[in-house]
Amino acid sequence: MSASGADRGLRGRTAVAGVGETTYYKRGQSTDPEFVLVVKAILAACEDAGINPREIDGFCSYSNDRNAPARLANALGLEELRYSNMQWGGGGGGAAAVVQNAASAVHAGSANVVVAYRGLAQGQFGRFGQGGRRPAVRGEFAYTLPYGVMSPAQMYAMRTTRLMWEHGIDRSTMRAVALAAYHHAQNNPRAVMYGRPLDAETYDSSRWITEPFRLYDCCLENDGGAAMIVTSAERAADLSDTPVLVLAAQQSGGHRSGAWVHNPTDYATSSFKLGAQHLYEQAGVTPDDVDVVQSYENFTGAVVMSLIEHGLCTYENANEVLTFENLRADGGSIPLNTSGGNLAECYMHGLGMQIEAVRQVRGDSTNQVPNVNVSLSNAGPMVEIASTAIYGTAEVLG
Amino acid sequence: MSSLAEGTYLPEGLTQPAPMRDGMDAPYWEGTHEHELRVQRCADCGTHQWGPDWVCHACQSLNVEWVTVEPTARIYSWQRVHHPVHPALADHGPYIVVLVELPHADNLRMLGNLLGDLMADIVIGSDVEAVFEDHDNGNPPYTLVHWQATRS
Ligand SMILES: [Zn+2]
Repeated sequence: MSASGADRGLRGRTAVAGVGETTYYKRGQSTDPEFVLVVKAILAACEDAGINPREIDGFCSYSNDRNAPARLANALGLEELRYSNMQWGGGGGGAAAVVQNAASAVHAGSANVVVAYRGLAQGQFGRFGQGGRRPAVRGEFAYTLPYGVMSPAQMYAMRTTRLMWEHGIDRSTMRAVALAAYHHAQNNPRAVMYGRPLDAETYDSSRWITEPFRLYDCCLENDGGAAMIVTSAERAADLSDTPVLVLAAQQSGGHRSGAWVHNPTDYATSSFKLGAQHLYEQAGVTPDDVDVVQSYENFTGAVVMSLIEHGLCTYENANEVLTFENLRADGGSIPLNTSGGNLAECYMHGLGMQIEAVRQVRGDSTNQVPNVNVSLSNAGPMVEIASTAIYGTAEVLG
Repeated sequence: MSSLAEGTYLPEGLTQPAPMRDGMDAPYWEGTHEHELRVQRCADCGTHQWGPDWVCHACQSLNVEWVTVEPTARIYSWQRVHHPVHPALADHGPYIVVLVELPHADNLRMLGNLLGDLMADIVIGSDVEAVFEDHDNGNPPYTLVHWQATRS
């Protein structure tokens, strides 16, 4: 028996039978309430899967999603609710963890059709980047907010400063991540930045948010809903000739990764160093087998960390390998963020990037990479618990 | 170690800090108000710990004490904030945040503002010392800890 437990693992046991999303809106512009966004996304995913919504018997979400399973089950008229699960942790670190949690529930027989979902309507509930307005702040924020550190960019900038200093990562490498996302969004009509291309000069002259982040290093803020239907591999094979298998899904936190006031033992990390090992062992693939990558951009520097920590390049060669040419779906060696990702498609807290990874296996991405068998999508780099999923075809199982 | 001669680094109006309601980190804030830098140290294994918690992360002992440490450090990382998000900072220019490490306390890290030239080159590894900034009109009054280049 392996130390990581990969031999009892998820490899090929479950599948994503359907994906769905609402229209993606600029922040505050959704005409639908957040709950309605979630319902619409779930119904779209069911239709995509060819599954009656009343077959859903489980729900998984993350980041304290406000739309609770009991309300959703009531609204959808479910006969039975067998499984509900909330992934702890802020930010988008749970976007692949919900796939792990849903797949684990299905594999264990706890439920048969589990929906992983996320809804965001910041116009109704307040923005992420705006900091606190309370009379007194306690806990970890007491040590950061009075010094002007309250937005996500301010909370994570210093990890990127440290990455650049320790490993000589160039600004041009971070720029390539932004250019690839915007390039792909130009082919994706769902993308908020569809029709709004970005060039290197515009990136270079964009305003500082907080050094080392310029405007285009930072994710969008959006309204929308997204959902994925996870079921058994057997059921998925009945629904589709080419089911998208979950090869692995893994949460990842390191030693004291949640330590307050920037005290994780390893600081300039995306939090994936340990989880990536388990992930590949569980999937039975290596980084060389990965055909296409969705790497969560809260900030471009975090993508560089994530790609290195997933073994897709090294600290030494990152500046040479992570170029715009190499990151493009059309001919690049590491096609990256092929929907436009959080920078240019939509900031759906990363669930949209899981959906894009599934579409790449199905062959219906707007920036389709040829012959995808192994598709990786990570979530929430630098947060205390990040996560990654690998999706693939039955061919990978051999 | 010194105090700010006048004014505060960031304008008034930011949310003020307060100890946890269970009292876990109250000694830190009592210390800053007395212009002392206090951190946790395990009475059993001697490990310094930050951020604070009820338990020593090195040996799981609940016998965690507060000790006063020399308020000197070196810069570990930094950012220069150009786009503030709080209304109290709306018309405020850039400000610098540093993450410093305390070599004499197991390299634990603390965060504060870096006093001095706003557009200076900031050198990771350079020596800094604490500056205590009193907010006497807080409710209750409180003291923040900033950093400035060590005067040789
Ligand atoms: Zn101890």
